[in-house]
Amino acid sequence: MSTIDTAHSMAAPTAATWSPSIKRLAQTAALCGLGLVFISLIGMPVKLNSRALIEPILSRGYASLAWVPVMFGYVVTKQVVLEGMVAQKRGASDVAEGAIVGAGGGLLLGILGILIDNFDLRDPLLNWSPQLLEFITFGNGLGFGVMIWVVIGGLSGAAGAGLHLLPATIRRFIMVIVVAVVGISFLETAATDLLQGLRLEFVSDGIYSKTSGLTIKGSVITGAIAAVALYGSQQLQQRRLTRLSQAPPAASGFTPGAAILNSFGDARSRLKVGLGILALILLPMVLGGIMNELLANVGLFLLLALGLNIVVGLAGILDLGYVAFFAVGGYTAAVLTSPNSPWLTPELPWFVAIFIVVVVAAIVGLLIGAPVIRMRGDYLAIVTLGFGEIIRLLFLSDWLSPMFGGAQGITNIPGVQVAGLANVKGTDPRAVFYLVMAFCAFAIYVSWRLEGSRLGRAWMAIREDESVAEAMGINTVNAKLMAFVTGAILASLSGAIFAAKVGSIFPSSFEILVSVIILVIVIVGGMGRIAGVMVGAAVLIGVLGGPSQPGLLQELAEYKLLIYGALLVWMMLKRPEGLLPNVRRSRELHGDELTQDAWIKSQVAAQDEIDSDGAGSEVPS
Amino acid sequence: MNPPASDVVPLLELRGINTHYGPVHILKDIELAIYPGELVCLLGGNASGKSTTLKTLLGMVKPTTGQVVLDGEDVTAKPTSYRVQRGVTMVPENRRLFKRLSVKENLELGAYLRNDRDGIARDLERIYEMFPRVSERLSQRAGTLSGGEQQMVAMGRALMAQPRVLLMDEPSMGLAPALVQTNFELIQQIHESGVAIFMVEQNANMALSIADRGWVLQTGRVVLDDTAAALMSNPELRASYLGG
Repeated sequence: MSTIDTAHSMAAPTAATWSPSIKRLAQTAALCGLGLVFISLIGMPVKLNSRALIEPILSRGYASLAWVPVMFGYVVTKQVVLEGMVAQKRGASDVAEGAIVGAGGGLLLGILGILIDNFDLRDPLLNWSPQLLEFITFGNGLGFGVMIWVVIGGLSGAAGAGLHLLPATIRRFIMVIVVAVVGISFLETAATDLLQGLRLEFVSDGIYSKTSGLTIKGSVITGAIAAVALYGSQQLQQRRLTRLSQAPPAASGFTPGAAILNSFGDARSRLKVGLGILALILLPMVLGGIMNELLANVGLFLLLALGLNIVVGLAGILDLGYVAFFAVGGYTAAVLTSPNSPWLTPELPWFVAIFIVVVVAAIVGLLIGAPVIRMRGDYLAIVTLGFGEIIRLLFLSDWLSPMFGGAQGITNIPGVQVAGLANVKGTDPRAVFYLVMAFCAFAIYVSWRLEGSRLGRAWMAIREDESVAEAMGINTVNAKLMAFVTGAILASLSGAIFAAKVGSIFPSSFEILVSVIILVIVIVGGMGRIAGVMVGAAVLIGVLGGPSQPGLLQELAEYKLLIYGALLVWMMLKRPEGLLPNVRRSRELHGDELTQDAWIKSQVAAQDEIDSDGAGSEVPS
Repeated sequence: MNPPASDVVPLLELRGINTHYGPVHILKDIELAIYPGELVCLLGGNASGKSTTLKTLLGMVKPTTGQVVLDGEDVTAKPTSYRVQRGVTMVPENRRLFKRLSVKENLELGAYLRNDRDGIARDLERIYEMFPRVSERLSQRAGTLSGGEQQMVAMGRALMAQPRVLLMDEPSMGLAPALVQTNFELIQQIHESGVAIFMVEQNANMALSIADRGWVLQTGRVVLDDTAAALMSNPELRASYLGG
């Protein structure tokens, strides 16, 4: 005990010696400027500038740049308080640093303006244009342009740095309000569509301006609602935590927190799931064509991602050629149902054809899976990549064009005849959405049951450690093959719906990009988690859009892949577990933390007792 | 060598095993037999073929020639799952738990091939009694446990398969010296409950102190085959493994 005390007194808290380093500021300012120049040169500001974020004060073009100095200002003044050190006092110096970084960045953008004025680089750089110059200078000449960007950058940087001066709660409120306003403004089309369906046009008329973007009044209202919602959720969470900490420990002394959370969570989650399903069933009724189309696309990709989630997320088989099974499903359905199919024309009803599609997909899954499954890791990924391309090239080839039409594909695929109800095809996105939803529900149920099954356990064991799984008596080859085939079947269902929805099918719909995007959905959402995959599909396909399907942010469609990439890099760095952590596991972990805390406390108490006894007997009096 | 009694049938036996990895000859004419309820150990330095012997017993490596005999039945061509079902289980080197699964899931995976729910529940209870520490950590991710706790879970997981013979690959590897002692006590405890144990070890002193018999493997060949006591006093072995 006494030695520890000495150690403490010897290591007197030292103030962190931290002073603004010119080098660091210059580096960050340069990065900030490069960010601004990059965004300008990919053409984002000019392209978005015709529409307003908040009418009439902020256009989307300027908004696409303004966040950069704010972020760099925030980052450059971020400070890690080391344990045992005294935190640097926050103050005007922070704001000044942020301003310097932002102004430096703005200066670089101004210099870009000067360069555009004097040199013509339009040949390699498409967006090196008079329009960009006009945008940078506000049409007021170069001198003004440079000046104004230094000022804008400086102010934004200072604002970003100034965030550190605010208490964390207020910072959080500001974040949520900004996100809400930007989000609601960008979602204008969807929101208007939805509100119209709900006969609430007055809301959209109230907050959106006649041309585009939110009105000032609209932004204020949106911000206020967001703030209230945040406050409400914080209160709720607070109450839940108090209830949790006051819970009496269970008699066994074993994970009391988890037990309570479980009983509490089950009733709640059941209610939540019920309400969610009800909302989903009613939703298409009130949505217009665009939104239904969009959600149908989300559903198609969700079906694919659920399948890939079994292969990659549960069984840990990195399949980069997953689109092959999507293609097989689509082509099989097309051959079986279309009267224009060049080879067989059985013209089966879709609901009969789907059974054959499943069988064909399972066989193809076995054929591809059998050789592939014996490999591990990188080799497996590369081989699946190859198989994915082989399947697409086969459909495209002259050799098989008498059967599958080559590049012309198969056209005139009839819709899905639902007896006495409807003929589901692309022209009726609402019906397609219902069909897709039914299949997604089926896939979710199957995934959920599989996850808890013996086979699911075997998959997870294989994912964790294949040789030990084998030593436990798991037939790893069979289990992996089962995962591959299950994934193939789900993908083929999606393909069959896709064929009926689009009405024609071409090899170009099955590019490798589709495989990549499905994989990104699974990774971004959270591998091996059904809810995570749903979030991933909603975010990527719904918000950003699929490979050839528009999303909510249609204006950003051109930059979709850039954003996918940036999102993926960010995820890998900051949140490798996915957007949605596994609820069950986090609940378990949380319950465990409580018991662990209790256990540590009891251990510390016991140790203290021993220490004080020991100290009493050892120290000579 | 002194097998316990001449009329007892060996539980698990290697007969004239030769194993190759590609063209490389790893195991050379290995003959060994494990009798029911014995505690035996296989000693040897690095690259002597210890782990390969163990993998051959479990069927994860197929021998070029020779037979693996389980309960008098030739199982050389049978898969691992067949042998696990008939009572051969392994505790892998370095524990190798399923790190991102919970402790409970790890234990349940040990009983993967069993269908008797009641029996599984009973065995789980038994393991909680044996390792109270484990039962406090059931819903925790196995990867977050300390080394000693992981060793307990690894043994618990193996016991869930109701083994008649437990194959342990370097049970003391990567454990703190204090834990090595407890670990060997645990092994003895499991042994006393009637499970035969085949232990592959580098820590020859410790292994021989609890084993009945032992073999010493050198570059794929059994060079010594004797009772533990005799091996302990063998001057050659003392010189090369026991530090004089």
